[in-house]
Amino acid sequence: MSPSSLSFTSSPHVHGGDSIPRIMHTVILALVPATLLSILVFGWPALWVIVITTLTAVVTEHLLVKLRLRPSPVGDLSAALTGLLLALTLPPHAPWWICVVGGIFAILLGKQVYGGLGYNMFNPALIARVFLLISFPVEMTTWPHPVGLFGEEALAFGDALALIFTGHVAPGEVMDAISSATPLGQYRIEVSLGKTVQEALGGTYAFSYFNATGGLVAGSLGETSALFLTAGGIFLLKKRVITWHIPLSMLAGCLIPAVLFWLIDGTKYPDPIFHLITGGLVLGAFFMATDMVTSPVTPLGQIIFGAGCGLLTYIIRTWGGYPEGVSFAIVIMNATVPLLDQYTRPVIYGKTKKNI
Amino acid sequence: MGLFIDFCGVGRFGLLCHHAVYETNGATRMGIVASVLKKFHGGVHPTGHKELTEHCAIEPMPMPKQLIVPLHQHLGAPSVPAVKVGDKVFKGDLLGTSGGFVSATIHAPTSGTIQAIQEHPVGHPSGLTMLCVVITPDGADQWNPGLQGTTDPATLDPSAIRDRIKGAGIVGLGGATFPSFIKLSPPRDKVVDLLLINAVECEPYLTCDARLMEERPQDVIAGIRIMLHALQTKQCVIGIEANKPKAIAAMEKAVAGQSDIRVVSLPVMYPQGSEKQLIEVVTGRQVPSKGLPVDVGVIVHNVATAVAIRDTIELGRPLVSRIVTVTGGGITRPANVEVLIGTLVDDVIRHCGGLKSNTKKVIMGGPMMGLALHQTDIPVVKGTSGILALTPEESSGKTEHPCIRCGSCVNACPIQLVPCTMAWFAKTDQIDQLPKVDLFDCIECGSCAYVCPANIPLVHYFRYGKLALQVKDREDKKKALTKQRSQAREERLAREKEEKERKKEEMKAKMAAKKSDAGSSSEAKASSPAASKKASLPEE
Repeated sequence: MSPSSLSFTSSPHVHGGDSIPRIMHTVILALVPATLLSILVFGWPALWVIVITTLTAVVTEHLLVKLRLRPSPVGDLSAALTGLLLALTLPPHAPWWICVVGGIFAILLGKQVYGGLGYNMFNPALIARVFLLISFPVEMTTWPHPVGLFGEEALAFGDALALIFTGHVAPGEVMDAISSATPLGQYRIEVSLGKTVQEALGGTYAFSYFNATGGLVAGSLGETSALFLTAGGIFLLKKRVITWHIPLSMLAGCLIPAVLFWLIDGTKYPDPIFHLITGGLVLGAFFMATDMVTSPVTPLGQIIFGAGCGLLTYIIRTWGGYPEGVSFAIVIMNATVPLLDQYTRPVIYGKTKKNI
Repeated sequence: MGLFIDFCGVGRFGLLCHHAVYETNGATRMGIVASVLKKFHGGVHPTGHKELTEHCAIEPMPMPKQLIVPLHQHLGAPSVPAVKVGDKVFKGDLLGTSGGFVSATIHAPTSGTIQAIQEHPVGHPSGLTMLCVVITPDGADQWNPGLQGTTDPATLDPSAIRDRIKGAGIVGLGGATFPSFIKLSPPRDKVVDLLLINAVECEPYLTCDARLMEERPQDVIAGIRIMLHALQTKQCVIGIEANKPKAIAAMEKAVAGQSDIRVVSLPVMYPQGSEKQLIEVVTGRQVPSKGLPVDVGVIVHNVATAVAIRDTIELGRPLVSRIVTVTGGGITRPANVEVLIGTLVDDVIRHCGGLKSNTKKVIMGGPMMGLALHQTDIPVVKGTSGILALTPEESSGKTEHPCIRCGSCVNACPIQLVPCTMAWFAKTDQIDQLPKVDLFDCIECGSCAYVCPANIPLVHYFRYGKLALQVKDREDKKKALTKQRSQAREERLAREKEEKERKKEEMKAKMAAKKSDAGSSSEAKASSPAASKKASLPEE
């Protein structure tokens, strides 16, 4: 046989078949239940927020890579995933320009300036959310009451579009009547005013553990249903897209101090279940901190990273300037990843003590 | 010896479980073999594809028109030709003598005439040529009548056994081709507790070892007995993966009643056939980094090597052929073939019905660690365990993407390295970083590249890195030598200059002394001590 007709490459000559699109595809699939629930709970505006953010991310990625005269990578679905993740951290009625600015920021300054997929230091979706939160605090912290897709107060398909693009359903009508505080926000504001946790969450606010677990409370699109997000996370674990190290250590990193402080003073510090089912802890633990590019590759590094994310989340939630700290915590811990990777390399075969 | 109780009829049903080791008096005897099989880190589960050939009995091959026997088929120094063009040789006659301590002899695979001793392409990653002895077979395939075996190897002295194995050119037939006699000569200060027979055959597609065990189990045991005698070791474990139930059954039957040789069924996991991993699974011990198995009291030999050793000692025959699994989607008639060393891959493939048109890759060895061939007119050597023809569906070859740091490679690495970091340093030419991430502990098993979702050819980068480091090391040594030499030269020049100065001074002093002799005596008295002092200065 002539030399040219045979393919000559280095071993191994077979491959397990895993691919980057499969990983991205699986993560998106794992997010589908929580995404659908968010639309069901918050109505048509939620759909528009998700669509606009995801589209912006994909289009931005395509154009930027084309500018660098490289083949478009949108087929790997990573930009779509970034867009979806960002959308899930936005308020359900976020105006269109928040979605667009966020999508562009995530891809441009969160990813492509570093060289594209695999080279970014910070989680693109979260760095964009942090940017939006500190730049546009009003739009980013206006939380509508969950009115459902078909309920009495629910907006029609067209009205939802008008709300996202113009800020109001009909000319002149203001939508402030339906806004409400997130459980974490409620707790921080009221406790800072001298009330106990029980007074803050009880009374007219009527916090319900059941509603919070199912996602029926005010908050960002995807961070509300701990139940659906956990299901997605377990799916990812089953599909071996993620390992247990980061989610478990992040939950533990937040919940262990929560238990301690709750035991010390249950009137000032809410119980660990509250911390688990409100805010973005579960979304962060299963979908954000586990972002492969921006988390450590060594098992020990992953545990330290996750624990750090959880602990910082608790600190920011309890004493920080913002009621929710998951995004900040993960972005801060992203910066430690190169160091963690370097100093947590496993002891290799033959350098352990197992040779007697 | 203790009585080994096998709790679950391991192997026969392909089940894996605990192997408890008990003394008859009830006291647990652990010894070197762990009471429960251990696990090694990582590993992967490539599709076996063994069904293509596992039912194929080992078949002989018609004599090819020509045999091209490379003089370097083993780890170590090349052999030195021992024949001339035109010589007539018997099958088993010496073609090449050992070219150093770590080297092996090479023998004529059949009787015939030496047609040429010339360079010929061989299976080498760079497509290099190598000195080969070309034999035209006479068709008689006649062994040298002088070759004689021993019916009772136990009467031989261990050193005599080693000498015969060395003389027969036997090397590790698992693929590493390390000269076998060296692994049967452990250093005096080391104790060998266990002979571990590697019958794992964890590479997908390959079934040659499994067939050998099914067809010649008694010869395997005979080979093991010879090795135990040569090593003066009392215990042997034969490790076989559970996906070869027939081989396990055959071997268990063959060892029945022999308590010092044990067949252990291992869970299927690549790369369990790697020496280090197999040792960890069976004994729980880890070979020290940069160390040898003998450092933990174990010697590992491949099962096919055991049979080759038996043939040498009992029949007097040197290693001139091996069993090759010819398989893959591109082979018309997959088979297990006993091939004479020096037979061209082309001839073997033709014997198996030829290549299908959709063949994309031809590989020598297994699909995980084998070598892709540029061309197929290269000879089968002692380490050729398989000839694989893979179709595009079977073989990888997608484009490389940037690393997304998913950590799959870290989880798959049996050595617990961090392959993605190593590949990054190699790819970006940060050669100095490579030893710090233990590059030289990499066994190049390919598990990392197998699982990589970005299709990064990690092993390729590791090989590049190792090579670059070796080149750098050589250059550093050269530089150091040059520096040493130039320093020595400078010192010599300085010394010569000093010498010259001294001589000049001496001359001056002499001249001065002569002058003063000619002048007044009082002047001579004053100047001579100063002059002599000056002249003596360099000696101080």
